[in-house]
Amino acid sequence: MDFLLTLLRAMPGAVGQGLIWGIMAIGVYITFRILDVADLTVDGSLATGGAVCVLLTVNGCNIWVAVLAAFLAGMLAGLVTGLFHTACGIPAILSGILTQLALYSINLRIMGFGTDAGTKASLAVSVNDFDLLVSSRYIRDVALNNPILLLLVLTAVLIAVLYWFFGTELGSSLRATGSNPSMARAQGINTKFNIVLGLMVSNGLVALSGALLAQYQGSSTIDMGRGAIVIGLAAVIIGEVILGKVFRNFALKLLSAVIGAIIYYVVIQFVLRLGLDTNDLKLLTALVVAVFLAIPYWKGRYFTKSVRKGGQANA
Amino acid sequence: MLELKSVYKTFNPGTVNEKRALNGVSLTLNDGDFVTVIGGNGAGKSTLLNAVAGVWPVDAGSISIGGIDVTRLPEHKRASYIGRVFQDPMMGTAATMQIEENLALAARRGKNRTLRPGIGRGERERYRELLQILGLGLEDRLTVKVGLLSGGQRQALTLLMATLNRPKLLLLDEHTAALDPKTAAKVLETTEKIVQRDHLTTLMITHNMRDAIAHGNRLIMMYEGRIVLDISGEAKQKLTVEDLLEQFTKVSGSDEADDKMLLS
Repeated sequence: MDFLLTLLRAMPGAVGQGLIWGIMAIGVYITFRILDVADLTVDGSLATGGAVCVLLTVNGCNIWVAVLAAFLAGMLAGLVTGLFHTACGIPAILSGILTQLALYSINLRIMGFGTDAGTKASLAVSVNDFDLLVSSRYIRDVALNNPILLLLVLTAVLIAVLYWFFGTELGSSLRATGSNPSMARAQGINTKFNIVLGLMVSNGLVALSGALLAQYQGSSTIDMGRGAIVIGLAAVIIGEVILGKVFRNFALKLLSAVIGAIIYYVVIQFVLRLGLDTNDLKLLTALVVAVFLAIPYWKGRYFTKSVRKGGQANA
Repeated sequence: MLELKSVYKTFNPGTVNEKRALNGVSLTLNDGDFVTVIGGNGAGKSTLLNAVAGVWPVDAGSISIGGIDVTRLPEHKRASYIGRVFQDPMMGTAATMQIEENLALAARRGKNRTLRPGIGRGERERYRELLQILGLGLEDRLTVKVGLLSGGQRQALTLLMATLNRPKLLLLDEHTAALDPKTAAKVLETTEKIVQRDHLTTLMITHNMRDAIAHGNRLIMMYEGRIVLDISGEAKQKLTVEDLLEQFTKVSGSDEADDKMLLS
């Protein structure tokens, strides 16, 4: 009974975190599923979003402006990765790793801006002193300042905007770029531009998520994005496995990534209450993602119905 | 309409895999020419089409379409003048997108992609009419994902997409080779219908000599990166498969036209 009660008490926190990471998962969905690029920039750009947002906030900037600045900083990170990939011909994964590594130094500089040392590994922002959008302090309050409320609205707005965008001429050409680059080029689509654009939008969202996360936990830290890509992938995949059959519409697919993130954090709370060490979480996450990524491959390889000999896919 | 002046292309230069794929190709297509291209494997047929389409830059020479020099234009910019159908039915369409979405993408070839809706009002009606030409019943399946279609259906759709905006040039790279004979014949028939209707300047590669003779007003044969035979008009109409084999033997210097594909 005690176990259930503590678990229940942890639920609002899990949902709040899930919603914040859900925005990040939407960013990952854009690169991983729509553009068909595994973008590892996000580990860095998440922390960049947090760092930029907190730095501006503690220096007296309006919180909404700070969040917007974080979004733009993330887009800039995506631009760099995109240019590494398209203009320099570096493989996408490596481009992301390079940017992510570079961002580690940059994030230290951002958080250390104005200090004597010039670098700082964390930057605190207290909800006592600043008008933050979301804070874990109010996560169990039944009030308007409960972060879940704002996060729900924000998520809905983001999904609506993205749904509109990917339905436009430009958005459609972006989907075509991910679906079949040679077809896209033959139809006059500038695939390089689209890949850069997609990476920018994706990392903008990831940084936005980082900005919210930093407010939520009351500080931005240098390692807040470590393994973010794996959590994002986990959210996308969990969402697909559980809701993929039901959610066919594009907006619902984005929503399923968010729900995947929430489920991820609920499950995490559950295993933590069961006594799992926090330090082992990343191992568990990596294993879960590996298995879910492998399932479609295994299905195709070992569980297909045997075809008549000499039979071919219908031409 | 299309003019190539001594175009050269060598793949993997300076390595053991060096391959001179185009060896000074010059070719001029007049408006409305329907040219079939034959030749053995590695003769440079596909390389020729890819050079025109701008898949990679050529080493030397110039290419112009409709009087516009496109030699230095990237692939996606040349696309505004060119419609293409590939050999692989999977290559010409986006599998995860709907039939109407694919058509809408093609309809905007050569235009700026803006933030207007991806499919405008009234477009669907036009697509429905166009799809009827194919006679595959696709006009009633506009919102079906292309990935669910058969290879033949996808190829027919690609053909429709390639010709949607009346391109200055239509490039067909063995677009029926991967289809079963019956489907191939049907796609070829549709090709003929559309090319005639729109009076399209067309370059069609084929492995099938009979098709090469039966279609188009002009035939060119390639060998080792060069055009070795160029027949048009009446001479083309009188051409037989035996004539072509004889010619092939002459240029290749071998006793037999050993290229199995050539005979098919």
